[in-house]
Amino acid sequence: MTRYLLSLLLWLTALPALAALDPVLVKQLANEDSDLKVAAIQQLGASASPEAARVLKAMADDALLVAGDTVFILDGEQAVDAATGAAITPTPESYEAITVNNRLRSELGNALAALKLFDPDRAVRLAAAKELQSNAGLELVPVLARSLAQEKDGEILALLKQAHAQANLANPEVAARLTAVRALADSGSPNTRSLLLPLLEAANEPDESVRQAARQSIEAIESRLMVGETLGQIFTGLSLGSILLLAALGLAITYGVMGVINMAHGELLMVGAYTTYFTQTLFRAYFPELVDWYVLAAIPLAFFAAAAVGMVLERTVIRRLYGRPLETLLATWGLSLILIQAARVLFGAQNVEVANPEWMSGGVEVMPGLVLPWNRIVIIGFTLFVLGLMAVLMQKTRLGLFVRAVTQNRPMAGCVGVPTARVDTLAFGLGAGIAGLGGVALSQIANVGPDMGQGYIVDSFMVVVLGGVGQLAGAVWAALGLGVVTKFLEGWAGAVIAKIVVLVIIIVFIQKRPQGLFALKGRFVEN
Amino acid sequence: MRTPFVIRFLSSMPRSGWIGLAAFAAITLVLMPALHLLLPETSPFHVSGYLITLGGKLMCYAIVAVAMDLIWGYAGILSLGHGLFFALGGYAFGMYLMRQIGRDGSYQSDLPDFMVFLDWKELPWYWTGSDSFLWALFLVLAAPALVAYVFGYFAFRSRIKGVYFSIITQALTFAAMLFFFRNETGFGGNNGFTDFKRILGYDITSPEMRATLFGLSALVLMATLVLGRYLTTSKFGRVLAAIRDAESRVMFIGYNPLHYKLFVWTLSAVLCGIAGALYVPQVGIINPGEMSPANSIEIAIWAAVGGRGTLIGPVIGAWLVNLFKSYFTVAFPEYWLFFLGALFVGVTLWLPEGVVGLWKRIRQRRPA
Repeated sequence: MTRYLLSLLLWLTALPALAALDPVLVKQLANEDSDLKVAAIQQLGASASPEAARVLKAMADDALLVAGDTVFILDGEQAVDAATGAAITPTPESYEAITVNNRLRSELGNALAALKLFDPDRAVRLAAAKELQSNAGLELVPVLARSLAQEKDGEILALLKQAHAQANLANPEVAARLTAVRALADSGSPNTRSLLLPLLEAANEPDESVRQAARQSIEAIESRLMVGETLGQIFTGLSLGSILLLAALGLAITYGVMGVINMAHGELLMVGAYTTYFTQTLFRAYFPELVDWYVLAAIPLAFFAAAAVGMVLERTVIRRLYGRPLETLLATWGLSLILIQAARVLFGAQNVEVANPEWMSGGVEVMPGLVLPWNRIVIIGFTLFVLGLMAVLMQKTRLGLFVRAVTQNRPMAGCVGVPTARVDTLAFGLGAGIAGLGGVALSQIANVGPDMGQGYIVDSFMVVVLGGVGQLAGAVWAALGLGVVTKFLEGWAGAVIAKIVVLVIIIVFIQKRPQGLFALKGRFVEN
Repeated sequence: MRTPFVIRFLSSMPRSGWIGLAAFAAITLVLMPALHLLLPETSPFHVSGYLITLGGKLMCYAIVAVAMDLIWGYAGILSLGHGLFFALGGYAFGMYLMRQIGRDGSYQSDLPDFMVFLDWKELPWYWTGSDSFLWALFLVLAAPALVAYVFGYFAFRSRIKGVYFSIITQALTFAAMLFFFRNETGFGGNNGFTDFKRILGYDITSPEMRATLFGLSALVLMATLVLGRYLTTSKFGRVLAAIRDAESRVMFIGYNPLHYKLFVWTLSAVLCGIAGALYVPQVGIINPGEMSPANSIEIAIWAAVGGRGTLIGPVIGAWLVNLFKSYFTVAFPEYWLFFLGALFVGVTLWLPEGVVGLWKRIRQRRPA
């Protein structure tokens, strides 16, 4: 407490001298003894005046010089007295720089950060608070306390509390340490945890009550870290699920309508991804100022490119194999080989580079240790958008009505005048187009290469199996569920085991509910 | 009245079939090995080691194709995971081959090289007995059989069929491939098993061993064909075909398709395992790449090219496709995938009964 008062006193005495710094202190900066230098830096740092900031900044930049008894700052050609701020003319002939070793440099950094805490600009204060959060020393306690008293911004305030508590850990008074340890329980960062860990041992922390409090704080932090990690896994699971959903939606339509599995479906994802790459190249060449928005242009292009490829496949091959689903499997596999090789010939066997636009890079920090990347957030939103579009299309339009009718009962739909052949082609094109949209999304988070689509056919088929055929809701639940479960298993047992476990779960699941989660109601005859 | 077994067995094939088989036996068991072993290398009639090994590989592929045809052509179950059983047989025998290396590996250790590399001190429990030839033979049969039986039981019991079944078998082999890729699984990870030295103490690269392996492969192929012929002409085969054509009706009559499917499925897997075990010593390597979905689906195209529902068709298909592949991948490596893809599409579109069906149609047309 006395230290607080003292520092307050120091501050008060320093206040009227805002324009000029204490010359003794400034001279002390040039002292041979490092300890004295440090003391001077700390006192200047605590003064919270712009002049002190200027001097310390110059010192950190090696621009603080000494000639005889004068300490001055060399600003370009002009020498300025460090203590008074008065210009010195002429510039001294001979001078030497004040040596700044590593210890001094970190002291300077802290002192400057502490000074920035009083900057009128919120962003500067925030950055300073962040810097001090994990490495403030005991000498900064008074400054931090002062800025705590006058800070209004909630976010900065929270950071300052952390920094203040953290700095107080080295306080010789038990009560101060105890308060500090308790305050740190509010933190959610692994750094604070490692800061507190040494306090559990009697050698580092003599007082039992503080050790006890440290234990409780660590537990609190760990449970918060746990929550963050779990939320992070749920989030990556959801983003994986949305990619799966985009891949599976198209497959669900074609499988529902025609009862065939298109093994080249993954390659339609690839077509979408390469279209994105192509659009990006176009924009870079012709509209460099709009390059950040190429993704938006790629969305319709990829949809129509993939839909066109899909409709051609349907017209030329799949239509002729009607009623022979196993042969369709083989023929479409052949088509996928051809598409892969074609991509290899056209674009090369290497992966191509598709860059995230500016607005999709980076992320939002939801809580300490949990950063949600923008590209994944955008993809989840995009999936919702596609899903909404699909729902409207299937429920509100004539084509959607026809598609649902053919899915339920093809001969009967034909009898009442639904042009089933045309519905087949359009449904296939729609499914392929959605796969193309999936390719756009995938290009933003994964590698784009000729065989990027190969892994997706099995996964998206699993979604269709789980969700039940012809059911949007089923596909949504199945895709998101599979995504989240896979990510949790991966965190727990590794990617390979996760794949195997998911497969086993699905096989067991089909034992119980062969029609999937959401079966269409009605009477069915097999064969 | 029951027909005696021998009569039934002999009458399962027409006389021309038996004669053809005998001719094939004469060529592969006597002529080819003799030309390889007895003639000097300078002789124009000498069969080179390369040809013998290529022939042995083709025999193994043909066994797999026939096994595939048994379930696809006769029972209507398309498996896209047969490569898994092939590789399991190969790995089971490969374990024995690894132990036969003894201390001749790069690290001169009792343990296989890859285990020394992983710093393992002793063999994992599932390698117990791997130095015994008989145990290896047992594993070659048991490992694919067990996996196929358990998987088949659950799949067929819940009446998973058609494309559902096909995709799930593909997922199965994909998962198994990932599993075998891991170093910790204890099967050599990425590199698998290689660098084999001997079988039963005999040098694995000697001409005699090559000829023996080739002969054995041919023998197993003939046995597979005879067994397949016997099965498909028996009542069992008729029930299978009935299940393929109308499973519900077969159930209404009172048969339980589960046992029929399960039996032929497991048998097919075991045949693949045997083929894998014969294949590995001839090519000298087995790695998880054999389990890739692409490999398994290629097996299906062998059967389709030759002609499903016939036994000789898949043999021809396997040979044709693989001879083409050997030629194409050397001559035009860029275009092999285009060709293979076109083969998949073309055969399903225009040759639903394969080469054998085409031949039959031509023969029928000629007298008219």
